[in-house]
Amino acid sequence: MGPNLWANVDEIAAVILFGVGFTTLLLHKNMIKKIIGLNIMDTAVYLFLAAMGYVEGRDAPIVKNGILDAQAYINPIPSGLVLTGIVVSVSVTALMLSLTIRLYRKYHSLDLDEILIRMQQEELR
Amino acid sequence: MNFVQNFPCFSIVLCMVAGILSTPMKGKAAKRMTLTVVTLVTLMSLATLLYVLSTGESFIYTMGKYPAPWGNEIRAGALEALLATMFALVMLCSLLGGMDHIFRTVDEEKINLYFILTDLLLSSLLAIIYTNDLFTGYVFVEINTIAACGMIMIRRSGRSLIAATRYMVMSLIGSGLFLIGLAMLYDITGHLLMESAHDAMVRLVEAGEYQIPLLVVISVITVGLAIKSGLYPFHSWMPDAYGYSTISSSSILSGLVSKSYIILLIKIFYRVIGFDIIIRSKIVNVLFVFGLIGMVMGSVSAIMAKDVYRMIAYSSIAQIGYVYMGIGLATEAGMVAAVFHILTHAITKPLLFLAAKGLSDASGHKKNFSALQGSAFRNPLAGTAFLVGSLSMVGIPMLAGFISKLLFATAALGASSSKVLVTLVVLAVSTILNALYFLHTVVRIYTPTGAPEEFQNVHVRMSTGAAAAVSCLILLNFVMGLMSQPLTDLILSGIGMFS
Repeated sequence: MGPNLWANVDEIAAVILFGVGFTTLLLHKNMIKKIIGLNIMDTAVYLFLAAMGYVEGRDAPIVKNGILDAQAYINPIPSGLVLTGIVVSVSVTALMLSLTIRLYRKYHSLDLDEILIRMQQEELR
Repeated sequence: MNFVQNFPCFSIVLCMVAGILSTPMKGKAAKRMTLTVVTLVTLMSLATLLYVLSTGESFIYTMGKYPAPWGNEIRAGALEALLATMFALVMLCSLLGGMDHIFRTVDEEKINLYFILTDLLLSSLLAIIYTNDLFTGYVFVEINTIAACGMIMIRRSGRSLIAATRYMVMSLIGSGLFLIGLAMLYDITGHLLMESAHDAMVRLVEAGEYQIPLLVVISVITVGLAIKSGLYPFHSWMPDAYGYSTISSSSILSGLVSKSYIILLIKIFYRVIGFDIIIRSKIVNVLFVFGLIGMVMGSVSAIMAKDVYRMIAYSSIAQIGYVYMGIGLATEAGMVAAVFHILTHAITKPLLFLAAKGLSDASGHKKNFSALQGSAFRNPLAGTAFLVGSLSMVGIPMLAGFISKLLFATAALGASSSKVLVTLVVLAVSTILNALYFLHTVVRIYTPTGAPEEFQNVHVRMSTGAAAAVSCLILLNFVMGLMSQPLTDLILSGIGMFS
């Protein structure tokens, strides 16, 4: 258990961060904090992927000084996945932020419970 | 290579290009283009289906110049082609049926945006159905979520904004879990293509290595996709999202979007992890239990719903429960029943939504039950459609829903002994509950006495497009109910092509 734990310390950190982001996204009532949680969750996955693809002592997978030997570079696929994932999470964050702006303009609150109460009051009127 | 093999890729790209081209267009032009594209996609998927059936085996289409195990691939078998055909057809019917509602509820300068979203949604649905690469699957799952969220929030009422927020939060939690599951899966197998990952998986299981990470991967991916498709305890966003968006969105979301995640899950079960490993991991039992609870609780909530849209939305939760129950039976017959029910629900739920919209149009756009009294006489076609949809959901012979329930019941008899009795009992209870709320509504809309005064002499006719869409869905229901044998054979051969 001990040596395994130390060898995978990046992955463990990533999973803990994932848990932090996940609970924030699920349980927090404040929209902005939810979005922060979402970003922590996504970033944790990228840390996981990047740590997984890293090989000690090798270079980033960009051809440098004409060296074409694959042994000189780390696995490029996880890096590619991280880049794709970042694009996805940027667009999702933008969508969530635009939703938040619309909700705030309509109900003047960022708190989801508060928003629900105001919506019900508005419907009763 | 046969020319038809290009069609899956063509249809995905065509939808995306149409979405981009719609950006500068006016609403009417975007509408025409989207309808053309969706029709073309239906025809191309049908051609793919016929081609696959004529050769009797699936084919793989390499995207880009890198071969497996590095490149990206599309794979089309009988089941994929069938699902793509049905989904595109249902999409066409939902759009046609709700067209006047779209033009009435969406701001005029935003109508072309609605069609961009539908194009994107169709392309991501097709990509999820056809893809052979896990990460591509994830990317299109996210595109699907974004497009679906846009389709909910485009109607600018407070309710639909809150519905979209709830939908988004639940969906993002689901896709976060799915993504970390994929990352771990890639970590232990070293592949993203489904076949290569499966080969590595079989080797791992034979060597007995990484058993705990494998179990974590299976559970995280399953839970993630189950959350996204709205399995019982994660359903809270569904009634709002379906009940308050424009009617085409409700039909497409309930009929297609939530199903696409289940299809991805089935593909991962069969093509990545292997169904025996899944059965041994016992995760199907979890799906089975929550499916059963969902079947009952969804129906109970539907009985208590205050308006007709919410009732239909709650009924969706029960139907998702049926599908997961079928998967949870852990037999091939159960899987066939689940896929058949996916198709049944995909044609029946849009029919019910469109019918409910027709009925509420005839009742001054109100949707509470007392306003709908006698509305079937004010809008006869919508009344017939609601009748057919309800009877199908309850499971009356000659309609698609009956075959679903028959398949579920026969599959239950072949499942492990501990599941037989409980499945049959819950199936019976759920059917009675279904009958309670659907037939109650049917009786109400066919009761002329006591209809609200102001609607006494109202007569509404559906527009030609809506009438065609509704008739097409009614017809499909009868076709699936009366000619189910070829369809079940097709599904069975499609599942056979998975491995």
